[in-house]
Amino acid sequence: MNLSPEPLVWISAFLTLCIFSFLYRDNILYQFAEHLFVGLSAGYLIAITWHNQIYPNLVIPLFQEGRVIYIIPLAFGLFYFTRFIPKLAFLVRLPIAFLIGWGSGVIIPAVFQRDILRQTQGTLLVREAFEKWDTGLWAIVILVGVITTLIYFFFSRERKGIIKPAANIGIIFLMIGFGASFGYTVMSRISLLIGRMQFLLGDWLGIIR
Amino acid sequence: MNIVFIFLLAVIEPPGKPIVNDRPNDAGRNITIQWALSPQDDEIDGYEIYRSQVDGPFEIVGYVPKGNSSFTDSTQDGIKYCYQIAAVKDGEIVAQSEISEDVTSSGQWFHTGRFNIFIGIIIYSIIVLWFIYQAHLGKKMYIRKISGLDALEEAVGRATEMGKPILYVPGLSSIADIATIASLNILSQVAKKTAEYNTTLLVPNRNPVVYTVAQEVVKEAYTDAGRPDAYNSDNVYFITGQQFAYVAAVCGTMMREKPATNLFLGYFWAESLILAETGASTGAIQIAGTDSVFQLPFFITTCDYTLIGEELYAASAYLSKDPLLMGSLKGQDWGKLIILGILLIASALLLVGFEQILSLFNIS
Repeated sequence: MNLSPEPLVWISAFLTLCIFSFLYRDNILYQFAEHLFVGLSAGYLIAITWHNQIYPNLVIPLFQEGRVIYIIPLAFGLFYFTRFIPKLAFLVRLPIAFLIGWGSGVIIPAVFQRDILRQTQGTLLVREAFEKWDTGLWAIVILVGVITTLIYFFFSRERKGIIKPAANIGIIFLMIGFGASFGYTVMSRISLLIGRMQFLLGDWLGIIR
Repeated sequence: MNIVFIFLLAVIEPPGKPIVNDRPNDAGRNITIQWALSPQDDEIDGYEIYRSQVDGPFEIVGYVPKGNSSFTDSTQDGIKYCYQIAAVKDGEIVAQSEISEDVTSSGQWFHTGRFNIFIGIIIYSIIVLWFIYQAHLGKKMYIRKISGLDALEEAVGRATEMGKPILYVPGLSSIADIATIASLNILSQVAKKTAEYNTTLLVPNRNPVVYTVAQEVVKEAYTDAGRPDAYNSDNVYFITGQQFAYVAAVCGTMMREKPATNLFLGYFWAESLILAETGASTGAIQIAGTDSVFQLPFFITTCDYTLIGEELYAASAYLSKDPLLMGSLKGQDWGKLIILGILLIASALLLVGFEQILSLFNIS
């Protein structure tokens, strides 16, 4: 065993063990690490927001370059604080409405492009896919999977007639997809645990290299 | 012009006169320059791009290695520029093109390369508006059973009977995320029920803007339910923007407050399993919903009910039975039906050799 002489490594290892102690039960060590983590991250967020957002995107253009138009985003930002003044609290809805409207406007064309046009294009059966029997078969499987999954997500039709078996096939496709995704994601999570164990056993205790 | 000519023994012919254009379909401040390569392209190192404002001196704005015949320059809108291309060998200019025509960069309001997206959104919007209009006229709309949403009433009732709070996590994403907006719509319905049953509703938030909206949503729901006095603003709170610090705090809340019901509705990342596992260990009834494909398997395995993808979007219509939302849902179904039709028809056309159909899906 070759224990680390670095105080920061010891602090880091202690906090890691505090968080791991939650696996047994909620306890004072976990609560200590939890509150420290929340407090530090909240403070860090404020500093990051000031340096990366407010200062370069508002303070410099408005107060140093004199671009008066930036008063509008400043006012919208300040409206968030009107929640603390009951008579003016209604003003908070202005930036919220703006943000939701802007967000929808930006996201809808992007989603349409990414999730509908591109996906539809990728699902179409093309002649080249049938040059080999296996690629042709997979192309048909994908098309059937997309169609039946779409049918599963029909809400305004009762599940009877052709819709019922199609939706049942759709849920089978969904579950196969989720199973594959589950295995893939678990693998990546295990790599996170391995990273932390390497820190504890290597950097801290020096048992492994 | 301050460009010095060095004539070498081997004659290098100049590149063609540059063709300059404002770059189409952008927000401005870009000019594309194209030229014909020097016939002795193999013998030089590359091309330097020179720019001048009208009657002004030329300055170098870029360099491309040999074999390249185009360059995009960053400019200021509204100013006339002209360009010249110089072939360079061993750090010296060996030939120089003619000067281009004048050009000015400008932004465009409309991206012509995405016309198909525009048409698609217009058609889809018309369908949705049509069904909303129909619903407004009083036409009955059917919606199929969604088990996870039927269980919401039971979950709220269980918390009331046990005298324990309900924990509602509106996802960890921003307000610009569709799943977050859907989640806030469901939050409104849940808050109305908790107001009616006088059950405590805890809503921890990661995003400051979502937090503000969530407070407004819950407050309005309590007012709509006729219980504005029961609203406690401390129950809708901001924790931190850091993902795992937020998760640590929510897990702590689950262990200490022991909510009878946990609702995880919105967009989630790697924290989904940690939250749902901790919740399951406390014995709470759990309903989750997300459109994140990678997190759905974790919710399906650890929660009692899971809303899969679009079921989350349909939830607000399902819970409120608001005719306008029902009309919107019907419109969405028709949108899906059109996609299904396009898939089948376009596939059939492609298989008989009508390849032009693919141009409908092209985006530049």
